[in-house]
Amino acid sequence: MYETNFHSVSSPQEAEAILATATDAKILAGGQTLIPTMKQRLAAPSDVIDLSRAEGLRGVTITKRKVMGVIKADGGETVTIGAMTTHAEVAANAELAEVFPAMCRLAGNIGDPAVRHRGTIGGSVANNDPAADYPAALLALAATIHTNKREIAASDYFQGMFETALQEGEIITAVSFQAPAAGGYGKFPNPASRYAMAGVFVARSKDGAVRVAVTGAGENGVFRHAGLEAALTADYSANAVDGVEVSAEGLMSDLHGTAAYRANLIKVMAKRALA
Amino acid sequence: MSEGIGARVLRKEDKRFITGKGRYTDDIIEANQAYAAFVRSPHAHARIVSVDASAALAMEGVETVLMGPELVADGIGNIICGWGVTSKDGSPMNMGAWSALATEKVRYVGDAVAIVVADSKALAKSAAEAVVVEYEELPVVVGSVEALAEGAPQLHENAPGNLIFDWEIGDLAPTDAALASAAHVTEMDITNNRLAPNPMEPRSAIATFNEAEDHYTLYTTSQNPHVARLVLSAFYNVAPEHKLRVIAPDVGGGFGSKIYIYPEEIACLWAAMKCGRSVKWTSDRTEAFLTDAHGRDHVSTAKIGFDKDGKIVGLKVNTKANLGAYMSLFSSAVPTYLYATLLSGQYDIANIYCDVQAVYTNTVPVDAYRGAGRPEACYLIERLMETAAREMGVDPAALRAKNFVKSFPHQTPVIMAYDSGDFDANLKQAQEAADVAGFAARKAEAASRGKLRGLGYSNYIEACGIAPSAAVGSLGAGVGLWESAEVRVNPVGTIEILTGSHSHGQGHETTFAQIVAERFDLPTENIQIVHGDTDKVQFGMGTYGSRSGAVGMSAIVKAMDKVEAKVKKIAAHVLEAGEDDIVIEGGAVKVAGTDKQMLWHEVGLAAYTAHNIPEGMEPGLKESAFYDPTNFTFPAGCYICEVEVDPETGVTEVVQFVASDDFGTIINPMIVEGQVHGGIAQGIGQAMLENVVYDEMGQQLSASYMDYTMPRADDLPNYSVHHASTVCPGNPLGMKGCGEAGAIGSPPAVINAITDAIGNNNLAMPATPAAVWAALQDVQSKIAAE
Ligand SMILES: Cc1cc2nc3c(=O)[nH]c(=O)nc-3n(C[C@H](O)[C@H](O)[C@H](O)COP(=O)(O)OP(=O)(O)OC[C@H]3O[C@@H](n4cnc5c(N)ncnc54)[C@H](O)[C@@H]3O)c2cc1C
Repeated sequence: MYETNFHSVSSPQEAEAILATATDAKILAGGQTLIPTMKQRLAAPSDVIDLSRAEGLRGVTITKRKVMGVIKADGGETVTIGAMTTHAEVAANAELAEVFPAMCRLAGNIGDPAVRHRGTIGGSVANNDPAADYPAALLALAATIHTNKREIAASDYFQGMFETALQEGEIITAVSFQAPAAGGYGKFPNPASRYAMAGVFVARSKDGAVRVAVTGAGENGVFRHAGLEAALTADYSANAVDGVEVSAEGLMSDLHGTAAYRANLIKVMAKRALA
Repeated sequence: MSEGIGARVLRKEDKRFITGKGRYTDDIIEANQAYAAFVRSPHAHARIVSVDASAALAMEGVETVLMGPELVADGIGNIICGWGVTSKDGSPMNMGAWSALATEKVRYVGDAVAIVVADSKALAKSAAEAVVVEYEELPVVVGSVEALAEGAPQLHENAPGNLIFDWEIGDLAPTDAALASAAHVTEMDITNNRLAPNPMEPRSAIATFNEAEDHYTLYTTSQNPHVARLVLSAFYNVAPEHKLRVIAPDVGGGFGSKIYIYPEEIACLWAAMKCGRSVKWTSDRTEAFLTDAHGRDHVSTAKIGFDKDGKIVGLKVNTKANLGAYMSLFSSAVPTYLYATLLSGQYDIANIYCDVQAVYTNTVPVDAYRGAGRPEACYLIERLMETAAREMGVDPAALRAKNFVKSFPHQTPVIMAYDSGDFDANLKQAQEAADVAGFAARKAEAASRGKLRGLGYSNYIEACGIAPSAAVGSLGAGVGLWESAEVRVNPVGTIEILTGSHSHGQGHETTFAQIVAERFDLPTENIQIVHGDTDKVQFGMGTYGSRSGAVGMSAIVKAMDKVEAKVKKIAAHVLEAGEDDIVIEGGAVKVAGTDKQMLWHEVGLAAYTAHNIPEGMEPGLKESAFYDPTNFTFPAGCYICEVEVDPETGVTEVVQFVASDDFGTIINPMIVEGQVHGGIAQGIGQAMLENVVYDEMGQQLSASYMDYTMPRADDLPNYSVHHASTVCPGNPLGMKGCGEAGAIGSPPAVINAITDAIGNNNLAMPATPAAVWAALQDVQSKIAAE
């Protein structure tokens, strides 16, 4: 690791001020990606700004949808997850488990216990690893990424491998989404890293729209799958997936599997997301 | 005695290991120590045009930057291969020069070009990055078959065509004739994948030169510190043996990779002398992937012939062994004498012929890795047997049993003379434990859940306890492979055992104490095992090839024989009885059938006070012994693996793994089971998970745990481990060895099971989900085509 200046901040604003002045400052969330990268000397930030003591960035809040002042019993809740909420906290959140358990299960399958107790949703979304799990969920849920400057729709936010809409000095504060009517995640873990080799998040919103987002398999990061979305809009069932042609085009081939294998996995994982 | 042979004594060493109090090389801190980092080649093959270290040297806190030409000028010798193998035509092997720091060319990614010494580790790394090396890139070859092809890039001038040797064993003409006469011939291409050893503790070294005493000390992660000292002094000219102390303190696993003396240790010693400071280097995980000797990497074709009754008539094998960019210490022995000599397996085969081409490539040097040659042999013969049974439509277990060697000693056509075993007993025990009879029902039940269930056998035999010195000497070994021990009974009766074996996870501090406890009927807490320090232990050949039991413990037994004889003499003298009437039991030395006795410690005291010992006897109670084995030992067994494959994804679960081993005498069943568990974990790792992958530029694509699949607990089944043992006639304790069997025997059982499940025999290791799925697609497209 190269030498760096360490800052612990109590608010996103304080972090913002340092980001504006330091030559090459980096936010430190759970450090599960940033620290290994620094240890391997692949990153050399001049300053590291630790958000773990910043206020207001941690926790899951669920706001019930009200129609004409009356809380609707059948969901439609807005789920907001603070950027510094760890994967373990999301996995164990009882309220979230009630409105949308698939999200808890997804978080509970990220990495290993050490990773889950340090790694955060904000860090994962900021990093946008092409094999990370959360990006598939957020894209399929048409989530909103909240930053210190603005709100960004997930479809605008994820822009390819490790590419996001974040601008310099921008800090993620939270993500939010409407709890869907139904949804699930099928993850095929890479045997070595246990990141997703093909992770398929299927969500059907209250208004019936079906979104299917695929992570781990695409050559250009997380993407939506039109064929699966059309089939599942017509018939929201695992059987509907059988009839879909998943092309290997644009999918990754590497030592863990060919594009054809990943195309197969997308189909199988889509079915398992619905199971 | 509860702590003697056969007792499940808890490991004495574990308290310090599991409380974080182990003392590893990187824990050693010398006054004024500096840190080394290596400038390594980013190219797999290149000429070094120039090296400019000026920017690095200008950094504050950088002590020195040293390079190959200076090392050569200082007379530091090239790295040796300790086993000469002779080609078919009688010519010696073509060994290219390997300098600890490259001089003109680099030949693999990670090849060391310079050592940088600085005040801190971070500074050393930064300075290494500041060394500017200009390379002229050369064409690269990574596979053994490609390296032997016409027009392949050449690695070493004196190895034309990259061929190191073209060796053979057995008789060609009779083997060809037998195969020609066979009623059935099974022919296969068999690849044994390349593995990275991955001990938990990375390699490390700290070297100190004491100018006033003209003396060197090296702490290092070694499986054999005396061999390290011998080689460092006799061949690398770092220091004469009596001026060099090598200490291998706690070592966190080796699996073979810490047998060898690597460039880094040589460079650290040399740099310590050059700059007058202790120099410490500790590998990180990436460096470990790039520089620890890899294992296996064979490409073979094999033919086995049977007569009309299913008896094997002949076996013919060709193997191309990839030895990497340089010849590591035992690299030549692994694909020859440790491999082809086991090709007879558990079977009575009259005719065997095998030839092996060893090849240079632009990859990490390949050497012994847990099993070393025997897993390659076992995989080959056990894949052939299973495949032949399928082709002939006979039960694979029955075909094996029909061909078992049944009487001992048995001379194979490939040097080895098996001394003992009962292969039927292992097969039967494993079949019962695995409930083979119930397999059809389990398969049907799995099918109802959409899963493909398969069962595979592996009936392995291997050779341990390497080995009679004269025998290995006649085969080209540069060393003798005996072991030494010293038994010191202190005046207070406690005992120190100094052994040339080296424990790096095997539990010697426990098991070695147990054999002493058994012999002298003492608690193990009164016994201390001393190992790993050339200043303490007289000499030793170290630990590898499952030799510490069969050879290392035998040396202790020999020394104990001498101690016992002396104890009896002293007791007989003091108690005024005949030596033959003296018995040792219950912490005392007694005259049998009387109440006359001396307590054990009283005998120790008597020996050291020497007030009343037999006339002419030397005082003291300390004996040493060297034990040279009479033969290899032959652990054998039967492994049965059962798997379930998810046809949608190719994911394979090992649902049952049964081992029936014959290890001879077992000192501590708990430790033996641990060795079997770990061995099978590595075997399943090789079969399903682990693979070193290079791209065509010679870059390792799998050089981190993001891409190299280390076995994890949830990849592995609960093992069902059993023993059906025959006593080894070749050594005093009757031991055969258990350290590698699991890794040797398990891969073919796994692949035989998976190929049985999927109905496609064409499946290479590792059988990853993607590979299994692809093999299933082949089956489906064949069915579609029909
Ligand atoms: C062994 C291992 C296994 C893993 N397995 C998985 C897996 O299966 N699935 C998966 O999805 N992930 C996996 N991960 C990644 C893990 O989820 C990380 O936690 C995550 O990628 C990064 O989160 P972090 O909080 O650790 O971020 P950090 O490492 O602290 O930061 C990552 C990057 O995001 C930036 N950043 C962090 N927070 C913010 C913010 N609020 N605003 C702006 N920028 C920010 C940082 O500057 C940095 O560039 C694994 C990681 C490890 C080490």
